[in-house]
Amino acid sequence: MIALKNLGVRVGTFQLSGISLEIAAGEYAVLMGRTGCGKTSLLEAICGLRAVAEGQVWCQGREVTTWDPADRDMGYVPQDLALFPTLTVREHLAFALRIRRVAAATIRQRIDELAQLLGLGALLDRTIHGLSGGERQRVALGRALSFHPAVLLLDEPLSALDEQTRHEMYALLKMLRSRTGVTTLHVTHHRHEAQTLADRLFVLENGHVREASLAVAS
Amino acid sequence: MNAPPAPLSGRRAHRRRWSDAVFLTLLAVLGGSYVALIVLMLAADACYTTPQHLREALAKSEIQFAIRLTVVCCSISAILSLWVATPLGYLLSRHHFRGRWLIDTLVDIPIVLPPLVLGLSLLILFHIRIGSWRLEQWLRDIAGFPVTFHVPAVILAQFSVACAFAVRTMRVTFDEIDPRAEAVARTLGCSQGQAFLLVALPQAWRGMMTAGIVAWARSLGEFGPILVFAGATRNRTEVLSTTVFLELSVGDLQAAVAVSLLMVLLAVLVLVVLRLLGMESRR
Repeated sequence: MIALKNLGVRVGTFQLSGISLEIAAGEYAVLMGRTGCGKTSLLEAICGLRAVAEGQVWCQGREVTTWDPADRDMGYVPQDLALFPTLTVREHLAFALRIRRVAAATIRQRIDELAQLLGLGALLDRTIHGLSGGERQRVALGRALSFHPAVLLLDEPLSALDEQTRHEMYALLKMLRSRTGVTTLHVTHHRHEAQTLADRLFVLENGHVREASLAVAS
Repeated sequence: MNAPPAPLSGRRAHRRRWSDAVFLTLLAVLGGSYVALIVLMLAADACYTTPQHLREALAKSEIQFAIRLTVVCCSISAILSLWVATPLGYLLSRHHFRGRWLIDTLVDIPIVLPPLVLGLSLLILFHIRIGSWRLEQWLRDIAGFPVTFHVPAVILAQFSVACAFAVRTMRVTFDEIDPRAEAVARTLGCSQGQAFLLVALPQAWRGMMTAGIVAWARSLGEFGPILVFAGATRNRTEVLSTTVFLELSVGDLQAAVAVSLLMVLLAVLVLVVLRLLGMESRR
């Protein structure tokens, strides 16, 4: 699970403050907010890439506010994906496991699992150059899920995709959720995305987060 | 809805074409004068000497020694520059720390400092007395590694300038690499060092090649600091740039020009490799 307790994050000239929310293990939560309201900064603070001004971040029952990003056990898919230009798809899927010095046979097995789950089998030996938006998105998801993280953080994962690919990704995200059961916080500004995927909906407005009912979102 | 603008009259169009022609001619004449100067200098060098003179110069044992020493010293200096410039360029590009502007400015000093002053500064650094202790004396007597007026002084003089250019190149290289990938690598379990080694460095290899070549080329052309700090002793600290000076000082203009042409060829080779690397990275 993830819990934010009275969290404050400075974002340029404004500040997110008093942010509290709790997402139970296995839940798929969507955080909605307008462009530029600080959603990305909040995700960065949760995964440890941005300093927290006040409050606490909890993950799996442990306070991780001051932990290094490497120790938080959170899979993060940023909006720009930030794939590694010099690595193949296979190396992306193996990256986090190699860092953890996992045995080669286990890494191969995990790559096969992820390739099957995400439909990446034919792309494993390609670099990211020339992959379509949907394929890149699946590589970024696979990379973030490869080390069985406790939490998955998705920053506008479908914003750059065309309508058809977006619908394919809805199905993929739903399937991932049922197959992996990973606790997910998905940030978006699309109402339809929230309605389609969310168990719970949070709205970020004027620097504060409130929970909204899914019916209101419609 | 606004009416479309009226077409320009024939006279105005003619005046504009004339103005464009004058402007382009001005650009060509002003820019071309400098290009012409370079071509004329190289042509003059080439006309002044003959293949025979070149062969004679290259057959001299001291010039052969200078070529060998130049290649060795420039290569060591380029490798050292790269070794220092890569971490320093990364530090300046990625980390915002107190005093960064000062380090950024200090790194540029060897670029703007007169070369002789740099050589003199090195000489003073190695010979300044701190109590009864002197760096050069300690290196020579205790460590058994004399520097001043020996080959290490040639390398250090070259390195002190070449490294500044390599740092600039590496800083720009890392500035152009998106730091987001390194941030994501840290969420995947990397330490900052692993993110640098596994994500940033593989993307920086073209920049490293460029920095290495620029450092090598700068080392090749270095003269002032070498003359002051390493001297120009034949068969000992003589590199190609000092050969030109030594041949001129004994009045052998033919040999000086022949060695100069050799350096021009090396410089052209470096520029071609740099251009090829630049074209490759734009693909």
